[in-house]
Amino acid sequence: MSGPEGTPGQTVGPFFGYALPYPGGDTLVPPGRDGAIRLAGRVVDGAGAGVPDALVEVWQAGPTGAVVREPGSLRRDGWSFTGWGRAATDPTGAYSFTTLRPAPAVAGGPAWFAVAVVARGLLDRLLTRVYLPDDPDALAGDRLLSSLPDGRRSTLIARPGPDGYRFDVVLQGDRETVFLQHRPGHPG
Amino acid sequence: MIPTQREISDEIASLDGAAGAQPRLDYPPYRSSALRHPRHPAVVLDPEGVELASPVFGPRDVGELDADLTIQHRGEPLGERMIVTGRVLDGRGRAVAGQLVEVWQANAAGRYIHQRDQHPAPLDPNFTGTGRCLTGPDGSYRFVTVKPGPYPWRNHRNAWRPAHIHFSLFGTAFAQRLVTQMYFPGDPLFPLDPILQSVTDPAARARLIAAYDHDVTQEEWCTGYRWDIVLSGPAPTVFEGTGR
Ligand SMILES: [Fe+3]
Repeated sequence: MSGPEGTPGQTVGPFFGYALPYPGGDTLVPPGRDGAIRLAGRVVDGAGAGVPDALVEVWQAGPTGAVVREPGSLRRDGWSFTGWGRAATDPTGAYSFTTLRPAPAVAGGPAWFAVAVVARGLLDRLLTRVYLPDDPDALAGDRLLSSLPDGRRSTLIARPGPDGYRFDVVLQGDRETVFLQHRPGHPG
Repeated sequence: MIPTQREISDEIASLDGAAGAQPRLDYPPYRSSALRHPRHPAVVLDPEGVELASPVFGPRDVGELDADLTIQHRGEPLGERMIVTGRVLDGRGRAVAGQLVEVWQANAAGRYIHQRDQHPAPLDPNFTGTGRCLTGPDGSYRFVTVKPGPYPWRNHRNAWRPAHIHFSLFGTAFAQRLVTQMYFPGDPLFPLDPILQSVTDPAARARLIAAYDHDVTQEEWCTGYRWDIVLSGPAPTVFEGTGR
């Protein structure tokens, strides 16, 4: 380690609701738009209860697979796809995004959303991936997924739903979501 | 039985000094963490695709005035007016330029405008307590606000949070996403607070505490605090000792 030491995380606490969520945060594209899908689910605690004071953020490629370099996530113009969204959970722990299906970053690879989760009671933010279930061959060839034990791999794969995909973030327990820690030293 | 401060302080003492520059996710003195911490360690991987980048924010997202929490209403908020400023750096010490910084805080009396905050301290009609800015080319951020008060919470009996400002930050890559809290120097509530103490390495804990800076203080106007933020992404030991 040659650089400065990192600033620790802290819980988002209970009172972010008037500060972080904003109108349109969960609407990366308008629901009626061509190709619009829904990514929805619940944030669940170790007792299976919904977490009503969590915040879920998605960060994703667009339909070409390229990283989007477009401002305007906080004040959406209704046309520009920025690739980033934020949704607070409701009293049952449910969240929902309207967005576009991400294309794979690498041809032949699987498509996934990058996801960050914060909540009261959670002392640091968690990162994970939500894989789309549509291409089994691509999922089978994925480096992260194939490194995971059988019982855990499926926690990262969304289920198809009538209007898109369902994905539950399980903070603790039998179906605990696989959370990720990115190796430092990449060119970012 | 609602635990006493003494019981919580004993638990804090028994866990203090354990390795870890990040908070322990499984930290029993913070009671709400019990069912909300993963039991598995995080899976380490090389970032790919969008993980190597961050969302882009621009002047369309954040207005010039959004960084002044004292001008959002007709009158001036009550309390100690102050500037909080610093630089946002990545783990190699490079400036994180043009990125989003969001803050929220209680008012000078220790009350949030959030409807779930039932602390019987006065609301301030001239203070909402939220702000945003984009970092400058040198990674600098700057907010004008009032000093938040400490406030009670229900983790244990007679539990009080030290005064703090909540910060949300983006870096140049997704893994640098940081949500944290900034504290003020010399607060007597530090050793009693399970949220601050969940960072069990004292040197790391100290990095959450701003410095009073007289060069930031402005004559006949306000006091000044400086707090630099380093978005290193998680250290390899982040999940160490989480009950495994
Ligand atoms: Fe707070």
